[in-house]
Amino acid sequence: MTSNLLIFVSLIYVAFLFAVAFGADKWARAGRGAWLRAPIIYTLSLSIYCTAWTFYGAVGYAARSGLEFVTIYLGPTLVMVGWWWILRKLVRIGRAQRITSVADLISSRYGKSNLLGVIVTALAVIGTTPYIALQLQSVTLSLAVFSAEEEAHGLVSGGAPATALWVAAGLAVFTVMFGTRNLDVNERHHGVVTAIAVEAVVKLVALLAVGIFVVWGLAGGPGQVAATIDASPISAWDIQPGRWVSLTFLSAAAFLTLPRMFQVLVVENVDEKQLATASWAFPLYLFLMSLFVIPIAAVGLSRLPEGANPDLFVLTVPLAEGRDGLAMLSFLGGFSSATSMVIVASIALSTMVSNHIVMPIWLSLRQGGAAMSGDVRNIVLLARRVSIGVVLGFGYLYYRLSGGGAALAAIGLISFTGIVQVLPAMLGGLFWRGATRTGAAAGLIVGFAIWVYALFLPSFGTGVFSPEIMANGPFGIGWLRPQAFFGITGLDPVVHALIWSLLFNAAFFFVFSLVSFPSPLERLQGAQFVNVFEHSSSAQGWARGAVEAEDLLIMAQRIMGGDAAQALFRAQAAAQGKSGYLPDTTPEFLERLERELSGSVGAATAHAMVGQIVGGAAVSVEDLMAVADETQQMLEYSSQLEEKSEELSRTARQLREANDKLTQISIQKDAFLSQISHELRTPMTSIRSFSEILRDAPLDGVAQSSYAGIIQDEAVRLTRLLDDLLDLSVLEAGQVSLNIQRARLGAVLDRAIAAVGNEGGMEIRRDRAREDIEIETDTDRLAQVFINLVANARKYCDADKPRLTIWVSRKAGRTVVDFVDNGPGIPEGSLPMIFEKFWRLSDHQKAGGAGLGLAISREIMDKLGGAIAYLPGQGGAAFRVTLPEG
Amino acid sequence: MGKRIVLVEDEPNIIEAISFILSREGWEVTACANGETAAATVRKAQPDVVLLDVMLPGRSGYEILKDLRADPDFSQLPVLMLTARGQRKDRELAAALGVTRFMTKPFANAELVAALAELAG
Repeated sequence: MTSNLLIFVSLIYVAFLFAVAFGADKWARAGRGAWLRAPIIYTLSLSIYCTAWTFYGAVGYAARSGLEFVTIYLGPTLVMVGWWWILRKLVRIGRAQRITSVADLISSRYGKSNLLGVIVTALAVIGTTPYIALQLQSVTLSLAVFSAEEEAHGLVSGGAPATALWVAAGLAVFTVMFGTRNLDVNERHHGVVTAIAVEAVVKLVALLAVGIFVVWGLAGGPGQVAATIDASPISAWDIQPGRWVSLTFLSAAAFLTLPRMFQVLVVENVDEKQLATASWAFPLYLFLMSLFVIPIAAVGLSRLPEGANPDLFVLTVPLAEGRDGLAMLSFLGGFSSATSMVIVASIALSTMVSNHIVMPIWLSLRQGGAAMSGDVRNIVLLARRVSIGVVLGFGYLYYRLSGGGAALAAIGLISFTGIVQVLPAMLGGLFWRGATRTGAAAGLIVGFAIWVYALFLPSFGTGVFSPEIMANGPFGIGWLRPQAFFGITGLDPVVHALIWSLLFNAAFFFVFSLVSFPSPLERLQGAQFVNVFEHSSSAQGWARGAVEAEDLLIMAQRIMGGDAAQALFRAQAAAQGKSGYLPDTTPEFLERLERELSGSVGAATAHAMVGQIVGGAAVSVEDLMAVADETQQMLEYSSQLEEKSEELSRTARQLREANDKLTQISIQKDAFLSQISHELRTPMTSIRSFSEILRDAPLDGVAQSSYAGIIQDEAVRLTRLLDDLLDLSVLEAGQVSLNIQRARLGAVLDRAIAAVGNEGGMEIRRDRAREDIEIETDTDRLAQVFINLVANARKYCDADKPRLTIWVSRKAGRTVVDFVDNGPGIPEGSLPMIFEKFWRLSDHQKAGGAGLGLAISREIMDKLGGAIAYLPGQGGAAFRVTLPEG
Repeated sequence: MGKRIVLVEDEPNIIEAISFILSREGWEVTACANGETAAATVRKAQPDVVLLDVMLPGRSGYEILKDLRADPDFSQLPVLMLTARGQRKDRELAAALGVTRFMTKPFANAELVAALAELAG
């Protein structure tokens, strides 16, 4: 078999793939591609997980490390079976948010942060580059196997680097042709996906064919194979639990975060139901892929000469047995594995690079922003095409720099560990609303840095890190040794880098999320991601639906309010000559609707909303409702703010009221002082005036004694006033000390009546039997109250036969003493005032006091635990003294 | 012929003291103890000067002053206001209402007599 034939077959195969891809695209465009959305196509497209690394490398891996290769299949199987709900959430969010790549997912979740997009893109490019190099290497190696045979016949083809360059260029052309033919908003590539599904079948068939040939054609049946395995070094291999768990976790995490896996899992997913099928079919595919790995490895080890590269057993075993056809099939299987991976990976990466790096730069260079036109479209396509070239160029460069020597599996694991750094930010973003952009950026950067330092750079061999640094750490800092952080040695480099990078990544992500504050957009996106199932339904497929005027009406009602929206729709329907609320969705109507909506939500949002409902239902109505609901939540939030501000103004009002009250008290205090001044100055005036009269001129004896009497009376009045004031201030300040003693109520009344005296001849009626009650209180103070009341009655009761009735009774368990006279009583308008200081009925001649008596009485009763009140409607003035309890 | 004065005051002892002092100086004193009847008393007595207390039963001294000033007959009548509340705002209020002179209780008899004599011309 010649390499010319091989190249010819490869070209035929590629041409066939072209045809498949082209046909599928055409069908999809024509709307006849229902079968393209079959779950089995989706499942097969997931097989890009099985790259040349798994096709060739698994056998090599098994030959070197026994069953450890199973971890690479175990991880994805666990994800498909056990974590399908994470996948479902990813797929749902991918659709709801129109996610185009894993970088877009992270960027979108954390408030459309382009910084995060750039970080993840860089991570993905750097993490994927070794992997692409790996594919180039495997194709080159496999070609070299054939050309080595040729060399024996004297036919020499170009060297390995040249082969790799041609392969890279060829893949770039294929990818550009099918990955960037059109700028699909949803980034779906039916043609590519279908071609990949075909390739998936080819590689499965190839591997199974080689396996069946090895087991039944060479070894002579399963029994013989088992014996061969037992005899081979594979059976001597022990499970290393730490490495086993780490690698299983690594491959599971990589399955979620690898850009190409995200592309087929989420971006190319057209129906959530596809996941259900994939959750059992894909593990089955992986199982079949791994079924013959150990037999091929064991038989290869036993049959091929010592030193044969076990990574190529899949090829070299059939070749050694002279089965050229089978070898050809095997080559095509490996070729399929490599190409499908490179194509999808470079599509995914080019999307990221153009969306997050090239376009932002281009847009910022173009002042004035972008009007979305064909011009921009061309720029995007050009950016993607160039990006694909650059990505493959990087892969080729890495292949050249790394020397193409390292074992395939080792390169794969390095790549996995790099891209897995996205995991904390991704899972945190899906399930934790508290995750913030700052946290995600901190975690990603730290994890990425540790990966570069501890795994990526050392993988170049001694070219980057000298043996000195590897052994003693940079600048002799021991705990910074790239493969033995903190002096912990003995760990496998991959496990070491995985543990430390993810540990710091997750810790930084968590802590920085806690201490940073998310922007409103982050909050919104966080809620959209975490609660994606609450406000989106699993719409069936992405096929363009007929525009539903009803959907538009529902949305418009949410935004404009029911009446306004219905009025608009009915008017538009009427203008079209229709009845009811649902006009045809003509461009004129849509334009009008958009204009109306833009009044409420802004022009851009209105355009996007209408555009999305009309333009292929890329975002479901439910999603738009979710946006509206979020807006509602924002409104609620702002109404909470309003409440807060109301609370503040309530506090301010209370302060104002307190201030008013203080002002009032201050005014009262001024009035009180003014009143006291008046009460003191009045008797003082008489005293001064009369003493001057007495001093100045000799008077007759009668006048002299009369005026001296006035002076004396006024002096007594002044003294009494001062006593009362003092008494009141002591009572009001609460400084009074009570002298509690037992006494008969009657005796206290006797004392009070005697103290007042009976100048006016007022009749006092009492029922002494009722007064025969023992009381326990400050009897002097109580007597003071009684004196006030009796004295008031005597002063103010101007009846012809003044009479005061003192009546003791029990009311509601308390002893009350009523003082009722037969005078004119107190006018109703004055009642609220009578217990205030300086209040008195107008007649000064009779009053004699300063108007403090009732005020003092009330203070006393308060202090004693009793009460005094006026009883209206008793004929004359009537006061009720309620004695303290007990 | 002595000067005529209306004395509006509710404290009987003060009425007695002021009446005594002024009579001794030859004044003809008409006393009024009630704010309600003060204006009528003034109208009837046609005094040369009015001595007005502030705190009165019925109407306050300020109200009486206002009534007097509102009457063209008494707009220029000298009024001496005599109050036991010597605060500044009382003084200002009285000035605003057109009082002729303002004195605070207690007073020196000689001072009061001199002031009234001056007001009565």
